[in-house]
Amino acid sequence: MKLFFWQPWLIPILPLAGALMNGLFGKRFTKPVVAAIALFSTGASFLVACVHAYTLVHSGAAALETPYGTWIRAGAFSADYGIYLDHLSLVMMLVVTGVGFLIHVYSVAYMEHEGGYYRFFSYLNFFMFFMLTLVLANNYLLMFVGWEGVGLASYLLIGFFFLKDSAANAGKKAFITNRVGDFGFLIALFLLIQHFGTLRYATVFDIASHFPVESGAGILTAIGLLMLVGACGKSAQIPLYVWLPDAMEGPTPVSALIHAATMVTAGVYMVCRSNPIFSRAPIALLAVAIVGTLTSFFAATIGITQTDIKRVLAYSTVSQLGYMFMAAGVAAYSASIFHLMTHAFFKALLFLGAGSVIHGIGGEQDMRKMGGLRKSMPWTFWTMLIATLAISGIPPFAGFFSKDEILWQAFSSPHGSKIFWAVGVITAFMTSFYMFRLLFLTFTGEYRGAEPAAHAAHHDHGHHAPHESPWLMLAPLVLLGVLSVIGGWVGIGNRFQNFLAPVIQQVSTEQNVVNNSEASTLPAGEGTGEGKGLETLLTGVSVLVAFSGFGLAWLLYVKRPELPAKIATASGGLYKLVLNKYWIDELYSAAIIGPLVACSRVVLWQSVDQKLIDGTVNECAVAARDVSQIIRQQQSGLVRSYAGWIAAGAAAVVAYMVWMGTR
Amino acid sequence: MNEIPVSWYLLLSAFLFACGVTGFLIKRNVITIFMSIELMLNGVNLSFIAFATRLGTLDGHIFVFFVMVVAAAEAAVGLAIIISVYRTRETLNVDRVNLLKL
Repeated sequence: MKLFFWQPWLIPILPLAGALMNGLFGKRFTKPVVAAIALFSTGASFLVACVHAYTLVHSGAAALETPYGTWIRAGAFSADYGIYLDHLSLVMMLVVTGVGFLIHVYSVAYMEHEGGYYRFFSYLNFFMFFMLTLVLANNYLLMFVGWEGVGLASYLLIGFFFLKDSAANAGKKAFITNRVGDFGFLIALFLLIQHFGTLRYATVFDIASHFPVESGAGILTAIGLLMLVGACGKSAQIPLYVWLPDAMEGPTPVSALIHAATMVTAGVYMVCRSNPIFSRAPIALLAVAIVGTLTSFFAATIGITQTDIKRVLAYSTVSQLGYMFMAAGVAAYSASIFHLMTHAFFKALLFLGAGSVIHGIGGEQDMRKMGGLRKSMPWTFWTMLIATLAISGIPPFAGFFSKDEILWQAFSSPHGSKIFWAVGVITAFMTSFYMFRLLFLTFTGEYRGAEPAAHAAHHDHGHHAPHESPWLMLAPLVLLGVLSVIGGWVGIGNRFQNFLAPVIQQVSTEQNVVNNSEASTLPAGEGTGEGKGLETLLTGVSVLVAFSGFGLAWLLYVKRPELPAKIATASGGLYKLVLNKYWIDELYSAAIIGPLVACSRVVLWQSVDQKLIDGTVNECAVAARDVSQIIRQQQSGLVRSYAGWIAAGAAAVVAYMVWMGTR
Repeated sequence: MNEIPVSWYLLLSAFLFACGVTGFLIKRNVITIFMSIELMLNGVNLSFIAFATRLGTLDGHIFVFFVMVVAAAEAAVGLAIIISVYRTRETLNVDRVNLLKL
């Protein structure tokens, strides 16, 4: 039954083929042909992925590894091309191909009026290829290839409107910030090679399983912390999150696909994939949890004050990624992946909805110039509402299940702490608040944008009047809306947790650090009545804060819209601080970028390059000239002086011979 | 036999050669320099002949013939160059033939 289209390598290769076709020949194709190629390659990839997901689940195997031969061989070390399909990569693969396909469909209509149509789809397919390589690789090195590839695709797509300076700069910022993280990841890989001798998942995890849980800082802690640095870069965590808000310069479908649903979750995937290492390095795990918790809180506060619709969503993404890190940091890997999945659904939907709004009112992104769009774009409104309810954690929408699971794990896991839980709940409140603020500012009240009538005079069909988007854009919205509702139901009764259980390596309880949460919380949650009651209570709290966030937003932006301005003036400095994103960008540019540029200019350029290198070359030339100037005198051009030298030389020879003869 | 000792020939040869060198060094006229060169060559020829006669071998004679042939060829080429130089520069002073000087 091994038919050709069953080959698992088709999953990443199909988008690559699409990218190459569109990239090399797309200029000659018409738009429908370009779109058809892009849609076919991703759609087919999704179908093949589904076939393999089905096969894996029904085979009952923990993992299917398909090697395709050796890629690098250097001494005892070797790395393969190979596909590693287990329940974790299965979830990621389906999210990437499924959400990716929907966003491709959406882009067909969204990018209709933009230049570089084929270039856009070529990049987008290119991204899919590398993302699938990252997810399906069977060793860390191949994962790193995907890791770098998606970074490249991200750079290309952020800078898609490269004539705009801000877009080009945002692309560079993303790329350079990611370099910092990649540096950490790469060193982690070197440590793995040195101490484990291989990068193949199966072998690494097998070797790691013989390690004891480290009580202090050992090799596993070092590897874990360095991996965290890499994950911080890719997944926009403190202190490397600064690139993600700027990445919103890219087209909106790109923000939805790369900077919300898939690429930025690569760090979470990597941490969860490396769970055998992290589970044995409590310090690294704690660092992951702290980074995640801080980021989720910090980004949420910034999200409250932003007025650019996409930037609110960007900070929301950073914040939600922080949640995933928090979950991973308390060793609740499956909760982390669960939130990753539901987040992919509702955040992609939010971005696509925002894109639909921006498209509908002619490119405006400032929420202060929106309002009242519920009437003119009902489909967008209703789907956005679903996504907002989902991200706010209101039952029975998807976000409720995953967020509640994370908060419960943060509270109850042996690696967890009540502080994580408390910060998580406050963040949940802020999330609910800023999301409903976005919703109310955009869709309720009066339209505050430019008068459509005034523009109608210039454009024969009144292009600037708010209008609903074409069905090709609405269909993905609706599908993602459905997923945002039902996507969380797979987590009821720990079903998702049990599904991912084979991936999570159990850590022996003989050590004083207690068991991995997956095993220990099941009895705690299900078994004792007390645990059950506590869980219900905590669920009640998180639902309560979600509703209070909604209530506050409703009060401030619907009931009494004059209040926010007053609060802003009353809080003065604090508001300014948050509005300006804590001046982190300014701080970085003063503390790191400024000195770096100054050092490059004064030391590297003016001293080393101009003085040392150029100076050495120039001095050599000058010295040669000066010496020649002296020797040149001998070549006078006077024949008789040459003859004189010859005679003198001959005389000297004769004198020497006579002297030698007489001795 | 009352032969003339070889050293006399050699002294004469050295004298002729020294005359040639001196002329070569102090004269500016190309023709004179040229003649000085011929004088040096013939001074050397005399040494060859003297040694060849003394040793009773033919090697020295052959060398002398070679030198004479080369001198003849040199004279032909050299005079041609001198005439050409004189035509273009209207002088035979070697110090003024300095076109290639920096």
